[in-house]
Amino acid sequence: MANMAQAIRMALAYGEKHLGVTDVFGEDVGPPLGGVFTATQGLRTSWNSPLDERGIIGMAYGIAVAGGKPVAEIQFCDYIFNTIDLLKLVGNAHWGSAGKFNLPLVVMTPVGAGIHGSIYHSHSFDSIMTHIPGWKVVMPCTPIDAYGLMIAALKDTNPVMFMKPKALLRTKGDERIPGEPEDEKVLKDMIDAPLGDRSNWKPRWPELTDYTVPIGKAKIVREGTHVTCVTYGRHVHWAKAAADTLANEGISVELIDLRTLYPYDFDAIKTSVRKTRRVVFLNEDTAVTNFGEHLLRRTTEELFYELDAPPRLLSGKNVPGVGLAPVLEDASVPQIADIEKMLRETATVPA
Amino acid sequence: MQKSTLRPRLEPALQVRIHDLMVKTRCVEERMIKMNRDGEGFFWIGAPGEEAFGVPLGLQVKKGQGPDFDYLHLHYRSSPLIMAMGGTMLDSLRQMGMRATDRYSAGRNFTNHYAIPEWNVAPMAPTIETQYLIAPGTAWVQRRHGGDGITIVNGGDAGTAEGDFASCLIWSTRPGKEIPMLIIVVNNKFGISTSHGTQHGVRNIADRGIPHGMQTKVINGNDVFESWAAIDEAMRYVRTERRPFLLEAHVSRLNGHSSSSGANRVDELDCILEFEKQLLADKIRTEAEIKATWERWRDEANACVKQLRTEPFPEASDIWKWTFHNDADNTLAKAGGD
Ligand SMILES: Cc1ncc(C[n+]2csc(CCOP(=O)(O)OP(=O)(O)O)c2C)c(N)n1
Ligand SMILES: [Mg+2]
Repeated sequence: MANMAQAIRMALAYGEKHLGVTDVFGEDVGPPLGGVFTATQGLRTSWNSPLDERGIIGMAYGIAVAGGKPVAEIQFCDYIFNTIDLLKLVGNAHWGSAGKFNLPLVVMTPVGAGIHGSIYHSHSFDSIMTHIPGWKVVMPCTPIDAYGLMIAALKDTNPVMFMKPKALLRTKGDERIPGEPEDEKVLKDMIDAPLGDRSNWKPRWPELTDYTVPIGKAKIVREGTHVTCVTYGRHVHWAKAAADTLANEGISVELIDLRTLYPYDFDAIKTSVRKTRRVVFLNEDTAVTNFGEHLLRRTTEELFYELDAPPRLLSGKNVPGVGLAPVLEDASVPQIADIEKMLRETATVPA
Repeated sequence: MQKSTLRPRLEPALQVRIHDLMVKTRCVEERMIKMNRDGEGFFWIGAPGEEAFGVPLGLQVKKGQGPDFDYLHLHYRSSPLIMAMGGTMLDSLRQMGMRATDRYSAGRNFTNHYAIPEWNVAPMAPTIETQYLIAPGTAWVQRRHGGDGITIVNGGDAGTAEGDFASCLIWSTRPGKEIPMLIIVVNNKFGISTSHGTQHGVRNIADRGIPHGMQTKVINGNDVFESWAAIDEAMRYVRTERRPFLLEAHVSRLNGHSSSSGANRVDELDCILEFEKQLLADKIRTEAEIKATWERWRDEANACVKQLRTEPFPEASDIWKWTFHNDADNTLAKAGGD
């Protein structure tokens, strides 16, 4: 099976061939490296930019204005903070020009902790990004969804922020990408750059086909009846593990992978919460003014009388960074045991 | 770079000291790479290849606390400078080993990310160019304060693409408000995998100082003598004229970018081997003495790793510590809930 980096690469190759992608660029995105997580290896339109994040977002905006279809990468979301004003400009170009300009561009960036990344290389970006109106914001947790969401992003005529959970980029899924060869070694031979000299290497892309995960559509990862857990990114997998344990205790968890943070699928949340009457929102961003707080607010306002327990948020701790030592990282972002505990409490607190 | 023609006299005792510190730095970096491979530390980034420039720099810093002394705003390849200032192997290795005893970050930050108030070493961040924006602040205070303390800022070649570097040039040369700052760019010709020549049209990075009326110089930072002389000249100028100087040093990157790219040794000029040739030719050191220097520092590095293995990691509750100043019981830190 393809890993998430390979899936993204294949979606971009599909985009170059069928969806008019003109530029895939950013720091170390082009040859020889093809991205620090190899997500852009071998792409026909990929190129290396100067080490200048503001320049990267500005360039993407300009290319889109001139009719191109850019995919820009910020190497780690930890380095996207100096571009916030440009992200704001991208977000308000259509609105501020009374609909005269739209910006069909994609920015992708690895987010979150989980690779022992220390103070930098562990930031989350969901709260800040969803605070910039005018962008669609997606985050896959499997290779197949990464493929389908990237294709959806490339088809979209609006700016899309594609957040890559960095801890999952090298993990494989259990569903094949449409067109992916059965043997993963064959895939590797076809699309992974060789070690050593790559100057004459060219990938052989499989016959990739269209597969779109609609932006704005959540996925019920696991059906359940006692408590709903709404999350995204790598915490989907951890919530699943927690739900498996709780199932042995007779607690049935309904797990929603939001997949799109904006425009998010509130219908899916509503339907589930109406069924379970209990809900935990889960993410690893810092706690104060957290994106999950917004979902909590809507849940409280719109579903207050249908809840049997206080709706909860499990998030990262409100500290300035994630420390390098594993004990610090584990204490800063929600772990499986923390998820289990909060789901158990929420499922069992008397109505 | 052309071979240096300039070879100022350096006292033999000083040359021996420089060599000793270069070897010390290389040994601590190599020990950190080994810790990374052994799973005793997660990420390594450091300075093998920058010793011939960094050690002479560190030895010429006016070390101390407050505006009478030099302020340092560094990037992550500054171990030669820190070792030359008196940094210990144990402290660097403790940071690599993420111990609670890590005096620079208590197990929080990547290795070679210092924060040393007693030596005016400002907190370091992995953001590649932010130090070029912060440095003018300490230099501004020094301009007002008087004396001969200066601000020293360094960074890599690729990072000069960020607007921060241009801001540094602007802020340091405001007419009538120039600041005493030694601006250093360490040019190893790469930013991760991207070669300098593919992204930068300027002939020399140092030339970017010229339109700002700045003194500039490009040197072979692999040469101890040339480095010493250039740093001496630049520092004298900045200390006395109270104006900025932009110094670009060409160096090797001997173990690639970081552990992310494998940290394997690459085929570039090794400044320590070059210096040793010179020491032998000038009969300042014998083969046996050189060998003994390496052995002594390798042993010391191993002993430090043994020591740090006995030391504790931070604790989970430590995450709240130092969020705010004057918040010993972490009340402010937890104001948003815990
Ligand atoms: C603002 C920012 N963007 C991206 C990165 C990721 N990154 C780390 S090192 C590096 C290359 C730096 O090259 P250069 O400035 O030449 O310094 P060198 O590593 O060669 O010493 C990059 C892109 C970063 N640390 N900071
Ligand atoms: Mg460089």
